[in-house]
Amino acid sequence: MHWNSLSEFISMGGYGVYVWGSFGVTFVLLTAEILMLRARKRKLAQTATVREGLETRNSKLETVL
Amino acid sequence: MSRSRINWYKYAAPVNFYPLAGKMIPWFAGLTIILFAIGLYVSFFVAPVDFQQGNSYRIIFIHVPAAWMGMFLYVLMAIYAGIGWAFNARLASMMATAIAPTGAIFTFISLVTGSLWGRPAWGVYWVWDARMTSTLILMFLYIGFISLQSSIDDTRRADRAGAVLALVGVINVPIIYFSVQWWNTLHQGATLTARSFKMAPSMLSAMLILMAACWMYSIAVVLVRVRLIILEREREAPWLVEEATA
Repeated sequence: MHWNSLSEFISMGGYGVYVWGSFGVTFVLLTAEILMLRARKRKLAQTATVREGLETRNSKLETVL
Repeated sequence: MSRSRINWYKYAAPVNFYPLAGKMIPWFAGLTIILFAIGLYVSFFVAPVDFQQGNSYRIIFIHVPAAWMGMFLYVLMAIYAGIGWAFNARLASMMATAIAPTGAIFTFISLVTGSLWGRPAWGVYWVWDARMTSTLILMFLYIGFISLQSSIDDTRRADRAGAVLALVGVINVPIIYFSVQWWNTLHQGATLTARSFKMAPSMLSAMLILMAACWMYSIAVVLVRVRLIILEREREAPWLVEEATA
């Protein structure tokens, strides 16, 4: 352990902005990628449900006709 | 009856791959979390302060793995794109398409972390040095691949066009790798060499553990994306209807 206090850990010997900036950017981008994939999945599920709904309606219409 | 058989044959690869990928994702996701936790712990609490660069050197723990992933994933993407093109294998082409955004993100991370390291180490965020310029070109190759594919509606034509671009662009990867030897550059030499094993073992292990974490992350995310691509492209396939209702 090289850190005597939390502020020492945060300041990174004066390089805090660069070190935490680097790790922060990495964290933000990787998290953003995961969230974007989740959104894409949700959207895909929605269109599938809409189409499914249309298909059941169509088949009902067919039986009615 | 015979028609459904043709469909099964046609979608043979995705039909087997889709559920398999689904089973693998949690494992790779779990390994990602564990390896990132260990890697970050070693990076900040075990690895000692560098006598020359102080704590700013800790940026390499994420910079080097990100830069490597950018290059590895590009080669992998080109191989998949090439297989998809040469053997008309749609799943391979879908893999190439799924890899591209993740590769672009890691290349971008390597550029950003590199300039955040450059500022304290060299006094500048950016110079038009051989390695940095060729890495920027790698970033543009990824962006070119993604935008070229999304601009073509016919997916198989998009796959072929992307494959040509990806394969031509592979030339850039050895250029990035050897740039520090071929040109007199500001960027320091390779971090991982036989000599570097003399560096503190905890420094080396922090970097290698985070590299493994980035690999696990990439595999997990690419598998998630390729499953979505399969769903988007083959939504009319009978097996998918079964999968969706199950």
